[in-house]
Amino acid sequence: MFAGFVSALRNEGVKVSLLEYLMLLNGLKQQVALYDVEDFYFLARASLVKDERLIDRFDRVFALYFRGLQAVHGAILAEIPEDWLKQLAERFLTEEERAAIQRLGGLEKLMETLRQRLMEQQGRHEGGSKWIGTAGTSPFGAYGDNPEGIRIGQASSRRRRAVKVWDKREFRDLDGDVELGTRTLKLALRRLRRWAREGEADELDLGGTIHATAANGGCLDLQMRPERHNKVKVLLLLDIGGSMDDYIEESAQLFSAARAEFKHLETYYFHNCPYEALWRNNRRRHDQTTPTIEVMNTYGPDWKLIFVGDATMSPYEITEPGGSVEHWNAEAGAVWMARLLKRFRSAIWINPRDPRAWDGTSSARLLRQVMEGRMYPLTLDGLEAGLKELQRGR
Amino acid sequence: MVPPVRLRGIYMTERPQTQRLRFASTDRYIATRDLEVAVNASIALERPLLVKGEPGTGKTVLAEEVARALGLPLIQWHIKSTTKAAQGLYEYDAVARLRDGQLGDEKVHDIANYIKRGKLWDAFAADTPVVLLIDEIDKADIEFPNDLLQELDRMEFFVYETKETITAKRRPIVIITSNNEKELPDAFLRRCFFHYIRFPDKETMERIVAAHHPNIKQELVREALHLFYDMRDVPGLKKKPATSELLDWLKLLMIEDIPLEVLRAKDPKVVIPPLHGALLKNEQDVHLFERVAFLARRGQ
Repeated sequence: MFAGFVSALRNEGVKVSLLEYLMLLNGLKQQVALYDVEDFYFLARASLVKDERLIDRFDRVFALYFRGLQAVHGAILAEIPEDWLKQLAERFLTEEERAAIQRLGGLEKLMETLRQRLMEQQGRHEGGSKWIGTAGTSPFGAYGDNPEGIRIGQASSRRRRAVKVWDKREFRDLDGDVELGTRTLKLALRRLRRWAREGEADELDLGGTIHATAANGGCLDLQMRPERHNKVKVLLLLDIGGSMDDYIEESAQLFSAARAEFKHLETYYFHNCPYEALWRNNRRRHDQTTPTIEVMNTYGPDWKLIFVGDATMSPYEITEPGGSVEHWNAEAGAVWMARLLKRFRSAIWINPRDPRAWDGTSSARLLRQVMEGRMYPLTLDGLEAGLKELQRGR
Repeated sequence: MVPPVRLRGIYMTERPQTQRLRFASTDRYIATRDLEVAVNASIALERPLLVKGEPGTGKTVLAEEVARALGLPLIQWHIKSTTKAAQGLYEYDAVARLRDGQLGDEKVHDIANYIKRGKLWDAFAADTPVVLLIDEIDKADIEFPNDLLQELDRMEFFVYETKETITAKRRPIVIITSNNEKELPDAFLRRCFFHYIRFPDKETMERIVAAHHPNIKQELVREALHLFYDMRDVPGLKKKPATSELLDWLKLLMIEDIPLEVLRAKDPKVVIPPLHGALLKNEQDVHLFERVAFLARRGQ
């Protein structure tokens, strides 16, 4: 019945399985949701989406797929604040259209046109797998200067959307935090170590048990000892050169010090944004590169991916083919980022710059969006939050 | 290969309508419409409901209230980091048996004496349907949910020691909460309904407060909510106060009989609200809030 809806969801990255689809159909059969669009929406959401981070995508697909359902759209439209509409009107409607609306003289008409315009543009915009399309087709322009664009998504369905986890993280105030220096490096290391050594449990200490049982006159005396795990595998991608020079030392210092703590730690370098090639030795970056595809194929999805970079560059280096400052890249940085993130689902970006500067840099905003908010400062708190994210292991 | 599909739900439609259990907001627990739908879907299809959300938004309370509203007993299984899936089914205390064997106890001949029932067994063995709460499933080892797949799906398990199969007499209503500390495995998620409890908006919050403190003065609530949402808006709080903290705070305000004026007061000396200890749980947050409040006052 809703096979098209399910495949639309899958295209957007909400991996709905047959089982879940049948659950939804069964729910309908059981009359959990009866003659009510909202109930149907709730039921579909509860049965098809299992991750609050995907609810947003689900909402978008739902809105597009069930476009005809007036009630839903009524509800969504009603929540767009009026001043925002006016702003949009100026932005999206041409002179003639505005004049026409003046002649018609109705806000309803205005909203209708706007809605069509938005639907149309969202459709085109979301065609890609990520929010960042190529510049011309996105309604939100070159992303850099459109905080409004981002708010569009939130305002339009705020009511039905789970609070995004990453939204909350964005506001983390770092005033009280210390920049990571030599003094705090040890502390950070301890956190990394704790992470690497995680793993609960109890293991039978056979030698100890035999000893204790003998000492106990033959009565069994079990001895347990904590298990030691060290199975974390880390793939570290370091931004090097240009604006990163100020930070590269402390970043490298931190992770090379941590090397002993991980079972596997592999380091590659990139410049500004990863493209089709990475390199291991920065001095020989031009003659000894490794294709990114090869790196992705070498290390399995259980590897944790950590980017370290200041995410400061021209936005075109992320969004456009040929945007790289050093060479001609056939595919945009965002494409490569998306591939990497698809392969290594457990990934974070550590940014040594002051987080207060992130929002002022469009490339940092862009990358944070690509990372779905998983960008953390190189401070104790930031590291802790980042490692916690990695620990959750997607 | 197409996975085997179980069509249990389809037969259930033949059940008379009156028998079906339905959950709705109660006088004590305010559930939003989406939560009601999710709970009812999970009851109707007899599948677990996974509830996530900020701490303090009423995930655990939900199970209690579902049990109360439906008039069913509640079995709670609180998960710790050391909890193993098998402990929910049963535990065979081999060490005790060995010891009894050494001491020549008669009990030792019957292995059943050393099998301790777990919470799932209790739930399966109950004659009436029960509500089973598996609380904070993310605390356990990452493989924990996978180990419970069959048991929650089929609602049966096998006891190796006594060679018996325990099957649920009536399928329990399973509610699972998670604080999102670990990602749960896909195979597990696919078998659940999912609901994310959002932080309630002001309107819902007023209903929640009214449900908990029916005799409270309306103005006090309004002022308190105002302060509360302001507080949540302060960026950078390590732990934002949630519903449960608000309810505690209101209770304290009522007990201490704090007059309305105090909440409203713009006295520059008193920068943070009275009894803030109920809302802010660590001193960094208190300091941060003091600073922000102080700056805000100065700006006025």
